[in-house]
Amino acid sequence: RWAMAALVLAVLLLPLLAAPGRARRDALQEELLLSPLPAGDVAATFQFRTRWDADLPSGAVSHYRLFPKALGQLVAALGVRELHLALTQGFWRTRTWGQPPLQAPAGAELWVWFQPTVTNVDKAWKELSNILSGIFCASLNFIDSTNTVTPTASFKPLGLANGTDHHLLRYAVLPREVVCTENLTPWKKLLPCGSKAGLAVLLKAERLFHSSYHSQAVHIRPICRDASCLAVSWELRQTLTVVFDAFSSGQGKKDWSLFRMFSRTLTDACPLASESKVYVDISPKNKEKELLEVTPPPTSVHEAIVQGDKRTYAVYDLLSPSLFNTSRSLNVQLKWKRPEDSSELPVPVLHAHRYVSGYGLQTGEISTLIYNTHPYRAFPVILLETVPWYLRLYVHTLTITTKGKENKPSYIHYQPAQDRRRPHLLEMLIQLPANSVTKITIQFERALLKWTEYPPDPNHGFYVSSSVLSALVPSVFAMKNVDVEQSPLFTSLFPSSDGSSYFVRLYTEPLLVNLPTPDFSMPYNVICLTCTVVAVCYGSFYNLLTRTFHVEEPSRGGLAKRLANIIRKLRGVPLL
Amino acid sequence: MAAPLVLAVLVAVTVRAALYRSSLAAFISERVEVVSPLNAWKRVVEGLALLDLGVSPYSGAVFHETPLIIYLFHFLIEYAELVFMITDVLTAVALYLAIQDYNKVVFKKQKLLIELDKYAPDVAELIRTPMEMHYIPLKVALFYLLNPYTVMSCVAKSTCAINNTVIAFFILATIKGSAFLSAVFLALATYQSLYPLTLFAPALLYLLQRQFIPIKLKSKGFWLYTMQYAALYLCSLVVIICLSFFLLNSWDFIPSVYGFILSVPDLTPNIGLFWYFFAEMFEHFSLFFVCVFQINVFFYTIPLAIKLKEHPVFFMFVQIAVISIFKSYPTVGDIALYMAFLPVWSHLYRFLRNIFILSCVLIVCSVLFPVLWHLWIYAGSANSNFYYAITLTFNVGQILLISDYFYAFLRREYYLTHGLHLTRQDGTEAMLVLK
Repeated sequence: RWAMAALVLAVLLLPLLAAPGRARRDALQEELLLSPLPAGDVAATFQFRTRWDADLPSGAVSHYRLFPKALGQLVAALGVRELHLALTQGFWRTRTWGQPPLQAPAGAELWVWFQPTVTNVDKAWKELSNILSGIFCASLNFIDSTNTVTPTASFKPLGLANGTDHHLLRYAVLPREVVCTENLTPWKKLLPCGSKAGLAVLLKAERLFHSSYHSQAVHIRPICRDASCLAVSWELRQTLTVVFDAFSSGQGKKDWSLFRMFSRTLTDACPLASESKVYVDISPKNKEKELLEVTPPPTSVHEAIVQGDKRTYAVYDLLSPSLFNTSRSLNVQLKWKRPEDSSELPVPVLHAHRYVSGYGLQTGEISTLIYNTHPYRAFPVILLETVPWYLRLYVHTLTITTKGKENKPSYIHYQPAQDRRRPHLLEMLIQLPANSVTKITIQFERALLKWTEYPPDPNHGFYVSSSVLSALVPSVFAMKNVDVEQSPLFTSLFPSSDGSSYFVRLYTEPLLVNLPTPDFSMPYNVICLTCTVVAVCYGSFYNLLTRTFHVEEPSRGGLAKRLANIIRKLRGVPLL
Repeated sequence: MAAPLVLAVLVAVTVRAALYRSSLAAFISERVEVVSPLNAWKRVVEGLALLDLGVSPYSGAVFHETPLIIYLFHFLIEYAELVFMITDVLTAVALYLAIQDYNKVVFKKQKLLIELDKYAPDVAELIRTPMEMHYIPLKVALFYLLNPYTVMSCVAKSTCAINNTVIAFFILATIKGSAFLSAVFLALATYQSLYPLTLFAPALLYLLQRQFIPIKLKSKGFWLYTMQYAALYLCSLVVIICLSFFLLNSWDFIPSVYGFILSVPDLTPNIGLFWYFFAEMFEHFSLFFVCVFQINVFFYTIPLAIKLKEHPVFFMFVQIAVISIFKSYPTVGDIALYMAFLPVWSHLYRFLRNIFILSCVLIVCSVLFPVLWHLWIYAGSANSNFYYAITLTFNVGQILLISDYFYAFLRREYYLTHGLHLTRQDGTEAMLVLK
């Protein structure tokens, strides 16, 4: 009898044991990449990747574990296929710091691919920007039709995509947006461990905003669940890149440590993470080893080809039990044994520079210089420029010259602006010859706006958002196709189509342009004076049209004449 | 009379050609007094470049010319300078011929009125003689060709010159008496810049006068002729607009051209009154004042028609002047057109009250425009109020000039019928007042 009861119990309990196998799986990977930059700064890139095997768009999900509910509901409700939001303070100096792992333009950048099922993309876009504005405490609600464009070639989906109808894509940049602690806090809240455990304990605002470049981003995209790609998983990557000036904080020495940069050390990994690693770039420059030393000794060394270059990384695996044996906290330190010969900074293959020229407040010219420093390979680059409507571009003045000769782009998509409705959109595919500088210039005229359309400080100027350069840069070393799950996160950001080139997206400087201003203290005066001039015309014409000429009758004198006569009589002078 | 005209044309063409080759050409084409968003040459080139790129020129907010201009310059872009010089010459020649014919009409009418004893006995010095009227057409052509405003407009290649040519041909056709051609040219002028619609009234009055149809509301002949002329005008307008539709296969040009002229979205400074007014306007009242300002251009037509029904050419002059002053994007090219008519009224000189001060005002303002623009936009030491003040003064000067001529014209008419030496009831010399 007891055996029968045990069997019945086992049969009843079996479904419960099998149930966890049916539950949706989600996984968290966290990673910190520390790379010393050629000019002496240190770049720290945090990446937190949550991967969730669920069918978000169908909305049939109700239990959120690692994936934040705010973003999951957003994706489900608004039919979002891909979302990329970046809030950046500062500018990544490609020329001195090298190619960035993931660059974002100054201010706030938001680009979204919607599902083909969305019927009114503009309405969904407006709702999305307003909801994100609330989630991240940023003024994304200022995104409207005057700063939104639909690029046709520059932004292809980074995740799984069935077709690329670019009418489902929207791109907007707010160059004037400032990033501060209020934006960092909600970003940290979206992390599964918050800022209490794992790598996120290093994210303290007072150190992070004391930097030359601070960029925090959120990327949501659908990915293949496995190699057969029969099912779709959703990936959320939260990245934070910060560049510290090691010289100024290290009293003149280029040595740095985690404690000196973040005023914190790592104590443990996030318990919810399946992977938690710190990578330190110890690639030897000029093939010289023993130039630098990292303490404590790393758990392993990883070699990879990143952005066309062979790199060596010291890996600290926070989940390995041997790491916290000697001390309770991990403070990665890097010491330079010999001061590096910094006279020759390696120049990245592709970098660009943009500036505005001209004098006066009537006209101006935007010039973009694109440098291809590869010694023998030419490659094409797509340039996307979004210029606000009040700088009237003249596309017949567009000139592209390389080495003194005209360089005709093979693809131009130009959408002129409409006053107060949409900005200019200029997309071009330009072939950059090897070892050359390409100069692109276009002239514009500055418009006079209505007095209510100026921002509170009108003489500060108006910002023109960064232009976007997208290119497949040929790499020196052949790259293998990476398996997203097994490789470091910083190598699997952009899908690579073949091993001979890697994808780079660069942003140029934002521009600050002054517009002529009316006098803001004068609305009433101007209305009165102009109406006076119109009234002068009306009055003169009215007189001439309604009155006729008459011979003047002698008047018997008005009051003034009679008074004058009285005084004259008193004086004894002849009367008037 | 042809030889002096040819000489004048040659001098004018030489001046323009010399300026085209100098460095002043680039400077003048940037001046906001000479070009406006409606007729700048830079924008014509931009529209053609957009067409080459496969984008409709009307999809942006830069190009506001009519499709016929695209069509014209698509073929003639290489000879643009020649085209503008020829348009100026054509305008001058058209005005010359028109005024020549008009003088004959004036003289004939004067003779008729003298024979009918309509004039007072002592107005001999006011009667116009053919001798004095002989050089007026040449002076008109000279006033147009050598006016600095016209020269600058031509050197800047502003399409205002083409507008002026069409209006000049319209005036020529009207004065010659051809209702059909007059309607066609008026339709072209309206199609180009909308405001010449108001010239329908003076043209109609002139043609009625020429056909000896009395202008009485009850007369059947009057309504018949009016309907005929209006039908000709409207049909030509419809034909031209449909032709424009077929050029680019879309109606986009209507909001881009006429919507732009009427709603004034572009506040680029110019010599008119609209730009600063709407730059400083409270948003709530914007639509109301746009309507008020546009009605202001059209609403002088009926009262002027009633007052000046016997003098339709003077009516046309006043109407062209009102359009040039109050249109939404005026330029100096528009002013040059009505100033070309001033020699026709040179016999009114003795009755003008303020001509000296007004001409000083206009000359000084014309000189100050570029100075204050430079101070505002380039030097940064002045602000927009300075340029706006000169705009106000210039427009007041123009308004007072026109009303001065109007006053002189009406006064001369009074003297013609009532005698020059007016006496009061007690025999002393009388003053004339407007009551």
